[in-house]
Amino acid sequence: MPEKLLQIETRPPQGDWKDPKVEFRKGVFCYSALPKNLKYLGLPNAREWQPFNADWKLPPDWKRIILDGMKERLNKYRSFRLFMDTCVRCGACADKCHFYVGSSDPKNMPVMRAELIRSVYRRYFTLTGRIFGSLAGGRELTEDVIKEWFYYFYQCTECRRCSVFCPYGIDTAEITMMGRELLNLIGCNINWVLEPAANCFRTGNHLGIQPHGFKDSIDFAADELSDIVGIPIEVPINRKGAEILFVMPSADYFGTPHYYTLLGYLALFKEIGLDYTLSAYASEGGNFGLFTSHEMMKRLNAKIYDEAKRLGVKWILGGECGHMWRVLHQYMSTMNGPADFLEAPVSPITGTVFENARSTKMVHICEFTADLIHNGKLKLDPSRNDKLKVTYHDSCNTARGMGILEEPRYIIRNVCNNFYEMPENTIREQTFCCGSGSGLGTDENLEMRLRGGFPRANAVKYVKEKHGVNLLACICAIDKATLPGLMDYWVGGVEVAGVHELLGNALVMTGGKERTTDLRGEPLVQEKEEEAVHA
Amino acid sequence: MNVLYSLIAVMVLVLVGVVAGRGDGGRAFIAVAIPYTALAVFLVGFCYRVLRWAWTPVPFRIPTTCGQQKSLPWIKANTIDNPSSGWGVVARMGLEVLAFRSLFRNNQARVDDKNRLVFGENKFLWLGAIAFHWALLIVILRHLRLLVEPIPAFVLMLQHVDGFFQITAPDLYASDVILLVALAYLLFRRLQDPLVRYISFFTDYFALFLLLGVAISGMLMRYVVRADITTVKQFALSLAAFHPVVPATLGATFLVHLLLVSTLAAYFPFSKLVHMGGVFLSPTRNLANNNRRVRHINPWNYPVKTHSYAEWEEEFRDKIKAAGIPLDTSLEADHAGKASAD
Repeated sequence: MPEKLLQIETRPPQGDWKDPKVEFRKGVFCYSALPKNLKYLGLPNAREWQPFNADWKLPPDWKRIILDGMKERLNKYRSFRLFMDTCVRCGACADKCHFYVGSSDPKNMPVMRAELIRSVYRRYFTLTGRIFGSLAGGRELTEDVIKEWFYYFYQCTECRRCSVFCPYGIDTAEITMMGRELLNLIGCNINWVLEPAANCFRTGNHLGIQPHGFKDSIDFAADELSDIVGIPIEVPINRKGAEILFVMPSADYFGTPHYYTLLGYLALFKEIGLDYTLSAYASEGGNFGLFTSHEMMKRLNAKIYDEAKRLGVKWILGGECGHMWRVLHQYMSTMNGPADFLEAPVSPITGTVFENARSTKMVHICEFTADLIHNGKLKLDPSRNDKLKVTYHDSCNTARGMGILEEPRYIIRNVCNNFYEMPENTIREQTFCCGSGSGLGTDENLEMRLRGGFPRANAVKYVKEKHGVNLLACICAIDKATLPGLMDYWVGGVEVAGVHELLGNALVMTGGKERTTDLRGEPLVQEKEEEAVHA
Repeated sequence: MNVLYSLIAVMVLVLVGVVAGRGDGGRAFIAVAIPYTALAVFLVGFCYRVLRWAWTPVPFRIPTTCGQQKSLPWIKANTIDNPSSGWGVVARMGLEVLAFRSLFRNNQARVDDKNRLVFGENKFLWLGAIAFHWALLIVILRHLRLLVEPIPAFVLMLQHVDGFFQITAPDLYASDVILLVALAYLLFRRLQDPLVRYISFFTDYFALFLLLGVAISGMLMRYVVRADITTVKQFALSLAAFHPVVPATLGATFLVHLLLVSTLAAYFPFSKLVHMGGVFLSPTRNLANNNRRVRHINPWNYPVKTHSYAEWEEEFRDKIKAAGIPLDTSLEADHAGKASAD
């Protein structure tokens, strides 16, 4: 944590944007990827280097590689070509970016982030740019420009908030993705993205947990849940012939507070007697390929359908995660489908056919649970969550790359008695990023994460002061990993939990014992010292 | 500097128009050669730009969803901001193109002195933009009366409504005033807001000055210098019929107006003004969010290197076995398989 509270202020921009020089100051950038991770994934230019070094050891023909890479992508993605051409620099996006709000760095305005690459596009790929150069907004591609790209394309969380406000739908996530693909061609990437990607490729999950470790974690969770609810619980792994394959982000079985969400899922599955299996091979729903390149995304995603096919399940259920769902919803079927070996998903408990997932055959756990609650299949005791005053943070990817807004709210309203929304400019499609998405959640980048997370934290602070909110619910693994620190720094006294943790707390289980603690093992009723004193 | 250079560039164009209008040759050049060339450049260039986008594949279905998805039947979906059908997309695009829906969402975020993020209304950009675009469309449609004989009824109607206020003689068109005010606001905003000034290039100012030049020269002709409308119409009709006859009485203002319009048309395909076509093609807006219901095809999808289950099992065989997780192939079976293959 930075010792002095960061000053957030709105400053007018200084200098000329055409100057690409950036300063790699401690706390505001991510370290380079280790060569072993590049080698494992077969990525080019594996070497020892750091962004603050003067010499980045780029390949000798780096300029040709970048320009060829741009040309290829301009011909493969309409989004890229169109977004290079249509911006009118109206500036509507400027103050929509959490990194701009938090840093006042003008190049964090989405329009400028795009101009970093657009200026090179103009110079090398348009007639006016080739003739008039800088007068037509063109810029030479130099090594400093590569460094600038690295700095700013790893200072964008691909949250898409700006694209909501853009009159042409220009999506900075798309531009950042292209920028990162290009940087990856010459080996300029960060370890916080590529180590999880390499681990995921090898072991099946980001943390590099091997099959026995996976089983240990799951068994441990099952035992702990058994103790809390008083019912023996077993969790099947790699079981052929199960009806449903359940895939979650690996943080759910290895991180806190994600872990309590896992307990929530397991309690739910036990209670409804779901015929499911986990997989130690497809042990990661998250996909850091999304933050590397489309090709890497496809390589890492392939295991989900492959495993569903091998295990012979009927359909796939997915846990709480943000970017995982962007991939599953918008990319998986196109990349690795068609999933014609699976069946259109039907809830075995309610008989509901998930028409919206008819082709991809993968259902979001919040859709699944909302349907259960709506059909009265769950017995819930929301008073078990009475010590909590809950607000809900829409995760960027599920909000703006999918639109799952009401399902989690419906669940929360049914399992909690105290739910308060944050201001409307900061939720649903206008939700603010945690500031650590798209692989930037590493501690060396903490200052920038805290700056980027400031708008989100500020909205939480507002409902904390107004309604006494003490719990921030969300459905994203990166949120669960990074929001607690963000809350501690800017707000204080607000915990973070997954929606299915709250559900697990409220779920009345058949044959279960009287609950005295929540899934965290803490007493259900908060002992209020002040009240005791007054009494 | 960008402001100054672009202003100078437009002033030079005006000067060229004034000077060239003094001789017959220059007049013919500006009144005939330039408009035809500009029209050709505009048509070919703009079509090329649009087709270039249209020919570029859309490998992934990536709508930006701005509302509730269509999932369970009892949850009300936002059929426009998160369309799940073709009709929803039509409605979304219609609102986007005709009403500037996304820009209408615009607000202003600011950090106050108590370190709080506060939001303010900010509809002026939307207002300026929509006023400018609609006024421009009406002005262009009104110009049809110069190019078509007899004048279409809807043009006469438009003229009538537009001139409703009848405050000057000839009637002051509301669209003229709105166009000028909106352009002035857009220019003022670019100069006054430090953020927008920072992101503004030569080309941004150039487009604005050019449009202002067109609007001002046009209005001068109608309200101040009074071009002879009959002469102008005769010339325009001859131009439209591809039998251009240039009357010697064409005034300098008209030539300047024509030169600026021609420049705008020729510049159009090379500039950000192509957003007029681009807005229809944006994959974040013009696709339905039905990703999981209908499979989207990527025309260049290609096979990639993955880490298969078999490779995974091979690498972790002992650990999988020790953990009691079922294996697909036991080593013995593997050996047997290999033996029989031999």
